[in-house]
Amino acid sequence: MAKITYNTHDSKTYTIDVQNGLTVMEGAVQNDIPGIDADCGGGMACATCHVYVNEEWKDKLPAKEDGEEDMLDMAFEPKQNSRLSCQLIVADELDGLIVNIPSKQA
Amino acid sequence: MIKTDALIIGAGPTGLFTAHQLKLIGLSCEIVDNLDKIGGQCIELYPDKPIYDIPAVPECTGEELTNNLINQIKAFNIPIHLNERVDEVKKENDSWLVKTNAGKNFSTPNVIIAGGVGSFEPRKFAPKECEKFENQSILYSIKDKKIFEGKTVSIFGGGDSALDWAVELSKNSKVNLIHRRDDFRGAQSTVDKVNELAKAGTINLYTKYQLANANGKNNLESIDIKHDDGKIKNIKTDFALGFFGLIMQLGPIANWGLNIDKKTVEVDTEKFETNQKGIYAVGDICNYPGKLKLILSGFHEGALAARACFKLARPDEKYRFEFTTSSKAIKNRLGVKE
Repeated sequence: MAKITYNTHDSKTYTIDVQNGLTVMEGAVQNDIPGIDADCGGGMACATCHVYVNEEWKDKLPAKEDGEEDMLDMAFEPKQNSRLSCQLIVADELDGLIVNIPSKQA
Repeated sequence: MIKTDALIIGAGPTGLFTAHQLKLIGLSCEIVDNLDKIGGQCIELYPDKPIYDIPAVPECTGEELTNNLINQIKAFNIPIHLNERVDEVKKENDSWLVKTNAGKNFSTPNVIIAGGVGSFEPRKFAPKECEKFENQSILYSIKDKKIFEGKTVSIFGGGDSALDWAVELSKNSKVNLIHRRDDFRGAQSTVDKVNELAKAGTINLYTKYQLANANGKNNLESIDIKHDDGKIKNIKTDFALGFFGLIMQLGPIANWGLNIDKKTVEVDTEKFETNQKGIYAVGDICNYPGKLKLILSGFHEGALAARACFKLARPDEKYRFEFTTSSKAIKNRLGVKE
């Protein structure tokens, strides 16, 4: 179990206990947090679960696979700290993770 | 006006197998899809990715699955209308009147929405100013490459579309290729070609840059591109082309009076019918308690929706369940010789 904080672009904050093994995307979708569309359902095929991770977390998270960086090419306004939340699997080490949801997914 | 027993919206795996089920039980059907090819998400999103959970198929790619499904319905000669989006679905007496954006009209008692997550539309540039130039000097697809001759064209993206067009247009235009990172995801041979042309000065390559702004009065005059380090560069250009792939939008389906929740359509699990009699939803676009977004679920949903269509298409006949292994009628429809 890890506490994940989701900040929306209009400054709303949701802090949720997400079970280990779920993805950060699933934590958002299952708790009706707006702004993460996840059109493809977690298949790394759509780039609509794009989030910006807080700077202090950028290097602590498991590295991106090639496919994730490729999909981020298509995301709306990708930055250095962009991730696809469907590729972030929740584990105890992610306790306290803060992600920021972009204003749009496309 | 085309009359048919059922109209299927979407030529992805679910739409194709639903068509198979309709024809198997002796109903006519036609398929409409917004894309220029058959296969839906399987072809558009992951043609080369292996799928491991199709029953009795240990492993196949999105493209292989699509080709097998096309083969499976080949004998039925089902009309498939590609490059057409269904814009309107209206009740007319006991039928649905369906209109596409290409002006085709269908009259049918049954409309089956197998639309995945809606229709695919190009992803667009982020800066708001781009809207004003859209379809004039900011484009997301190329219909006529002649308009770029002798002009400066700035191409954004790192996939095959961006790279292929950069190579092609560099023959007759001044080309800038701009991408958000150093790596390209296009085919290696094309990446090599682009690098070669960049070395020769035929293509101006800008990596770690993204579009920050578009400037001009009526026509695009220049663009501002922003480097990862924050520095902004202004480039004079006549056109900006964005190749960021496609995004799924629910589109016109939202206006057909259906119960929609989070981009999905609510259905029952007996007929996969929506709140509108004679309109069904199957595959990723439908929603019910326990829904799994798997291709195999789409097949099941399509099979049941097809049986429901029979009642409205043949109100005076009784549907009789038959197996493909033993039914003569089914074998005739499939064109199988005994």
